[in-house]
Amino acid sequence: MNLRARRKLINSTALMLSMTAMAFGLFWLLWILFEVLRLGVGGLSPDLFTKMTPPPGGDGGLLNAIAGSLVMVGLATFVGTPIGILAGIYLAEYGQRGWLGAVTRFINDILLSAPSIVIGLFVYAILVIQMKGFSGIAGVVALALLVIPVVVRTTENMLLLVPNSLREAAFALGAQKWKVICLVTARAARAGIVTGVLLAVARIAGETAPLLFTALSNQFWTINLLEPMANLPVTIFKFAMSPFVDWQRLAWAGVFLITMGVLALNIIARVLFKEEIKR
Amino acid sequence: MSFAVARGREQSTISGNLDPALEHCQISARNFNFYYGKFHALKDINLDIYKNRVTAFIGPSGCGKSTLLRTFNRMYQLYPEQRAEGQLLMDGRNVLDRDIDLIDLRARVGMVFQKPTPFPMSIFENIAFGVSMHEKLPRGLMQERVEWALRKGALWDEVKDKLNQSGMSLSGGQQQRLCIARCIAVKPDVILLDEPTSALDPISTARIEELITELKKDFTIAIVTHNMQQAARVSDYTAYMYLGELIEVGPTDGIFIKPKNKATEDYITGRFG
Repeated sequence: MNLRARRKLINSTALMLSMTAMAFGLFWLLWILFEVLRLGVGGLSPDLFTKMTPPPGGDGGLLNAIAGSLVMVGLATFVGTPIGILAGIYLAEYGQRGWLGAVTRFINDILLSAPSIVIGLFVYAILVIQMKGFSGIAGVVALALLVIPVVVRTTENMLLLVPNSLREAAFALGAQKWKVICLVTARAARAGIVTGVLLAVARIAGETAPLLFTALSNQFWTINLLEPMANLPVTIFKFAMSPFVDWQRLAWAGVFLITMGVLALNIIARVLFKEEIKR
Repeated sequence: MSFAVARGREQSTISGNLDPALEHCQISARNFNFYYGKFHALKDINLDIYKNRVTAFIGPSGCGKSTLLRTFNRMYQLYPEQRAEGQLLMDGRNVLDRDIDLIDLRARVGMVFQKPTPFPMSIFENIAFGVSMHEKLPRGLMQERVEWALRKGALWDEVKDKLNQSGMSLSGGQQQRLCIARCIAVKPDVILLDEPTSALDPISTARIEELITELKKDFTIAIVTHNMQQAARVSDYTAYMYLGELIEVGPTDGIFIKPKNKATEDYITGRFG
């Protein structure tokens, strides 16, 4: 076989293999989406957003779970994002050399890959036991602990993508370091940082394990953070495992809501990032 | 290209009357050495940069010309492993002194880089950014300053109707003139240009060269360039560097027409480099 034919063969083989891998991944993803759609759409109704989770056989919706999820995810993001962004700025702009940056980065990486159930148990031990009861606030803490490492990592990575020439140009105009960071580097990396936050939100929106040990669940409406709080993932877990058909239908509806929410967040993150790159 | 050659000649007749003995020094390097970690990058540099003149630094890649330029505003200090020894005198003070305030120094010595570096903000804010680091100007005065700087940077006519657009929406040549205007807006004494046209097309390059000739009325200019025609066209004095040493420096005419040093001659005539 001559060189040219061989090259073409290698090229088409590699292309075929990567296409197959892509198709394999896409197949499962589309199947999941299809099933969620098929089974979830059946449970969709106005009741879902206006009524509380019902007793078995009763009539109801997911209002308290949706509200609880929104409150806890919102607060966890609110608490975790500034901490994560500041730590990410430290790592990218101050901690590139020296042991403190290296140690922080290492610990953050461990936290990033820690199973969420570990985080749940940790918060259970330090908060739930101390407070003698499950609570929304414990759920918020657990979710915030999951948000922080994701935001730290993306913030650092996005800041490192900002070319050094931009920093130098700002320094050359006589700007102080904090002004360079706030007005130039962070601004240049803004879209990437926001994307990171959105992806972190998408990640915690579906977390079940950490909430199981912290916020638990609640059959009734509450936005009191000191009480156990209803949320979508744990409700789905409970309802899906139950023998009751109407509970199972609600569980699928909940899955549908979370999936669509996460999908929307991902799409927004992507569009935002692209828009900014183009400018 | 004939245009460029013609301008080059015209330029050289002007610089033909230059006499270093009659010039005023802006920056003087005395026994100046520079190190990247252990690497000795600049060796015993002695050199004067004169007020309201354009001094060009030429030489093959890695000869230390950009390194030297970056010491004038102590840019190297962003990187802890880089250090300088000796004296860089400006108004009788050593720029390398510990107690020199870097923010003041960089207000006096501005710099424009190889690649245009517009900040991710509007054209107006790009110019106002540097000014606001050093002066608190009321809105009206800031607008005047921005217009003044953009006029000096030969960009005003092109952007006056879109000052609120992103600086990144401009073309490469416009972006570089924005960077020059941004530097001018701070009202420095010295402008350092580190290969300012190497990322630009010939027309943008010609505009920037015209601008440099215009700017030397108000500022002292030091320019690093890989383009020898450019050095011949825009500069009054030329310094040839090789392997971290200053081989020859003098009026540009002299350097290009009859260099005293064989190495300089070889480089300029293209036998080497």
